[in-house]
Amino acid sequence: MTVLHVKGLSAAYRKNTVLDNVTFQVAKGTLTGIVGPNGAGKSTLIKTLLELHPRIAGDVHVFGSPLKKVKSRIGYVPQRGSVDWDFPTNALDVVMMGLYGQIGWLKPPRSTHKKKAMEALDKMGMADYAGRQISQLSGGQQQRVFLARALVQDAELYFMDEPLAGVDAATERAIMLTLQSLKASGKTVMVVHHDLQTVDQYFDHVLLLNRTVIDHGKTEEVFTQDNIIRTYGGALRRIKGDESLAYTASK
Amino acid sequence: MKALHILLLSNTQWVLFSTMLLGMAAGMIGCLAYWKRQSLMSDALSHAALPGIVISFMLLGYKNMFVLIIGAAISALLGACLIQWVTVASRVKEDSAMGIVLSVFFGMGIMLLTIVNRTAGGNQGGLDNFIFGQAATMVRSDVDMMMFLALIVILIVTILFKEWKLFLFDPSFAQGLGMSLRGMNLLYTFVLVLTIVMGIQAVGVILMAALLIIPSVSARYWTQSFGWMVALSAIFGGLSGAIGTVVSALGTGWPTGPFIVIVAATFFAVSLIFGKHKGWLVQKLELREKQKEAKRPSQQHLSRKILKEEG
Repeated sequence: MTVLHVKGLSAAYRKNTVLDNVTFQVAKGTLTGIVGPNGAGKSTLIKTLLELHPRIAGDVHVFGSPLKKVKSRIGYVPQRGSVDWDFPTNALDVVMMGLYGQIGWLKPPRSTHKKKAMEALDKMGMADYAGRQISQLSGGQQQRVFLARALVQDAELYFMDEPLAGVDAATERAIMLTLQSLKASGKTVMVVHHDLQTVDQYFDHVLLLNRTVIDHGKTEEVFTQDNIIRTYGGALRRIKGDESLAYTASK
Repeated sequence: MKALHILLLSNTQWVLFSTMLLGMAAGMIGCLAYWKRQSLMSDALSHAALPGIVISFMLLGYKNMFVLIIGAAISALLGACLIQWVTVASRVKEDSAMGIVLSVFFGMGIMLLTIVNRTAGGNQGGLDNFIFGQAATMVRSDVDMMMFLALIVILIVTILFKEWKLFLFDPSFAQGLGMSLRGMNLLYTFVLVLTIVMGIQAVGVILMAALLIIPSVSARYWTQSFGWMVALSAIFGGLSGAIGTVVSALGTGWPTGPFIVIVAATFFAVSLIFGKHKGWLVQKLELREKQKEAKRPSQQHLSRKILKEEG
């Protein structure tokens, strides 16, 4: 069953086309890594799919409907750096924000909502930090709070923007376990990912992106040396000694 | 003695109450502006209100508070639109755009005011008061209107409290949940302009921004919760409004705005020094504590011992 249907999607920042004729379909219950060099449009793809960034062409269907009708079934984890962690609030409060759709606008949260948020924090191993100021959390802990906020949304399709960027090993493990269990319970997850070393270990599907879709499908079929060079090609030639070059050479 | 006497006058009591509500509303909106990183925007918009006041007076021919406030609001909104437009359509950054709009609108207001003062009769005298504010000139109908507007603003902030928090902390997530950012931005500009125009008579266009900015930054020193920050900011703003009004009533013709701002600044100075979170004194004490800890002899001996054993 296809949950996400993207056809001919294009997006731009001012004069620069960032996404050009992006077409792909995502099946239910898959865990897809979106992989590509810096500036390939990975974040823009997620933002455009969620209509946080305007598209200039193309069609997006989620669960067979336009986005507007199914927003409540979609969860989103923005990049950690996109918010000001100095904002005066605690971890539990941030997780509660994921429930605002269920609580309803203008209504105050009830104790059942608080319980749900606590459970999500607990799942991410953050129960002890519920009352902690978000500014006093480490980068990894902040990322776990964001994940917990997505979990309470109880969505069917998740978009995550670099959830593993700059986190410690323990957080990386906790997040990957969570993603696996989401997948096991039939949810669909799309993750922007930057570490080529772990792609085949973490994801069952890969979307290779460089302004347009280079290839998309099962990891073992798509994540090949040829395809990686095709995706990173220009970047590899420009930056000699780059980590990804070393990786492709060793493979 | 004199203060007590003034306080007992019923008109003063009403004025006092209304400037207190004004301060509370401004303190609350100030918190929104603080986390929107748009504190300076309130300054630009309050200055931009002046030409609107004078023009509506010129059109009407006499001073009608309601019409003047409408004029002020239109003028401030026009300023907001211009800032937005210049930022989007040109390479000029937002702070420069605000600087341009602020000075041009204010300059135009002063110019028009000079013309009005030259040409019209004696009844325009009150217009000058809009620059620095003169709460004593307020009559009962002005007070009623100000209280009404302040209550609207306070209500909008409290009812939508949870939404404001999400909107300010993580707008893109809010949008993902289906919140309209355009709608929230419009509402924000609406309450900001409402607060500014109701303050122009009591505080004046030049200093109105201070009442929006200072209470919120003072409150930041005392709490780590957004709810408490808004509440404290409302208290600081309300007290500043009330105390400033009383002090300015002690002398004939003393402007209210500067006194309100001085009181607010006093709260800020106290917060800056004694504030619980990152206040000057607390930071000094914490640093000293850490230094003492580092110098503690037992630890030094211990580490030296370990070094010797290892070496």
